[in-house]
Amino acid sequence: MSEQTIDLKKRRFLTGATSVVGAIGVGFVLVPFLSSWMPSARAKAAGAPVDVDISKLEEGQLVINMWRKKPIWIFKRDKTVLDNLPTLNDSLTDPDNTVEKQQPAYAKNLYRSINPEIAVITGICTHLGCSPTYRPEIGAADLGGDTWKGGFYCPCHGSKFDLSGRVYKGVPAPINLEIPPYHFVTDSLIRIGVDPAAATS
Amino acid sequence: MDNNKNWINQRFPLTKVWNEHLAEYYTPRNFNFWYFFGSLAMLVLVIQIVTGIFLAMHYKPDAALAFASIEYIMRDVDWGWLIRYIHSTGASAFFIVIYLHMYRGLLYGSYKAPRELIWIIGMVLYIALMAEAFMGYVLPWGQMSYWGAKVIINLFGSIPFGFGELIVEFILGDYAVDDPTLNRFFSLHVIAIPLILVILVFIHIVALHTVGSNNPDGVEIKKNKDKNGIPKDGIPFHPYYSVKDIMGVVVFLMIFSSIVFFAPALNGYFLEAPNFVEANPLVTPTHIAPLWYLTPFYTVLRAVPPLFDSQLPGVLAMFAALLILIALPWLDRSKVKSIRYRSWPYKVALGIFVVTFVILGWLGMQAVTPLYSLLAQIFTVIYFAFFILMPWFTSIGKTKPVPERTTEH
Repeated sequence: MSEQTIDLKKRRFLTGATSVVGAIGVGFVLVPFLSSWMPSARAKAAGAPVDVDISKLEEGQLVINMWRKKPIWIFKRDKTVLDNLPTLNDSLTDPDNTVEKQQPAYAKNLYRSINPEIAVITGICTHLGCSPTYRPEIGAADLGGDTWKGGFYCPCHGSKFDLSGRVYKGVPAPINLEIPPYHFVTDSLIRIGVDPAAATS
Repeated sequence: MDNNKNWINQRFPLTKVWNEHLAEYYTPRNFNFWYFFGSLAMLVLVIQIVTGIFLAMHYKPDAALAFASIEYIMRDVDWGWLIRYIHSTGASAFFIVIYLHMYRGLLYGSYKAPRELIWIIGMVLYIALMAEAFMGYVLPWGQMSYWGAKVIINLFGSIPFGFGELIVEFILGDYAVDDPTLNRFFSLHVIAIPLILVILVFIHIVALHTVGSNNPDGVEIKKNKDKNGIPKDGIPFHPYYSVKDIMGVVVFLMIFSSIVFFAPALNGYFLEAPNFVEANPLVTPTHIAPLWYLTPFYTVLRAVPPLFDSQLPGVLAMFAALLILIALPWLDRSKVKSIRYRSWPYKVALGIFVVTFVILGWLGMQAVTPLYSLLAQIFTVIYFAFFILMPWFTSIGKTKPVPERTTEH
């Protein structure tokens, strides 16, 4: 034993090689443990499309449905509201919906909808995830009086959106509200979660 | 680097602890195969804690939801089946490792002075581990979970003078095994007993490092030190035994993962078929047996007939069979530790004991027949005879002279 000289180079190589192989093994073992935190098959199944019957929806009325555990607003806009929307453009951050991920291509228009009358919007504030309040009354004193043409007001940090879900300037929320994928199965039945293109193909 | 070390060492004895327990902890140089199982037991404990933490994230400790939540883990949670099978296989692996670890103690007299306390702490660990395993087996809320819990808890009902029923209700939190029982077993299984296990393992190792490890020759290496005060037959634990133990870990994990991936139920030995059916308080499975690691003691329970219309003798015998192991350091009168230098009566007795323990275990898995009942009684007597006769057979016969130094093979 004592006559042998210690080959430090070899020792360092073996220690290094063992550590690297061990670390790779640990890396592989980590995969199942970390993936077990991801949404399970049940959670994914719960993200299935939701059908909403809007035959009884009246003008100005808003109904809240749940899709993927998020509130989805569906409300009917009358002609006054639709006419007011273009006049707001100057006071909005992004009136032309330039942020692609906030709406499907078929909702990238002034009304941010397939059918201008019917708005379908994910009711989650783009600031920190609260659900804004529906404030359709025109000229509400606490929301700026005459300049307020109806919209949504977030109680958490005061962000404001118009009745297309477009964000006002000078509020904490940076971008417009999200429009979920949806399509009209019939004139009075909306399916949330499936694009029109996907439904026909 | 050195500056950082100094900064820490002035505030926490990092280098001191590292040297005392690893780099300058001198371990006998002649450890063999049997010395793998201590570190393997710690590895399995870590595996069980890690997989258990992840299972508890998806499991529901509620009698109405528990069984379905296990199915959810098996089918819906990403990799949930793997984590659960590692945990269930780990339970059995734990006992295999612990039984081999204890057998090592018997082979080389590791429980003898000055290591009696290490043995006793180890026995408390073993009993805590049994409780941990039993409660864990109740959680899936299958048929075996339910009826196993019922039978084991009813053992306490045999305590006389009305205390039995009181204790049973106290454990159950109800008048039958039900939601409150499951809920408290969950709490005990995931935090109370694991905490005790970790603390006991710590104490076990502190006690071991105080007296130093025994070895296959049963020689006290601290009696022969060189001029630097280092045992002549000692080598630092790190790197010599840390590297050797990694070798053991690799082989162990190969066998372990083969079971996890190819035979997680191991033919009903690691996971019993009736437990794939949800608990039903109205129907007992046709054949009910505890998992293999508890069966030797279960056989002792069944072997002792009732006395004065009471199950108590059987229950007492079962606990006696377990607790008598604690007395081992004082029952063994031999002056020699290792089997290598023991007299022949001890070698024969140890051989008979091992066979007896295995047969008792096997009998505990079988349905009761007159022949098996008789065998159970015979081997129960042999089991106790090993301990009762130990002071006698360890003091007769001629022992071989123990060498001054450890031997090389």
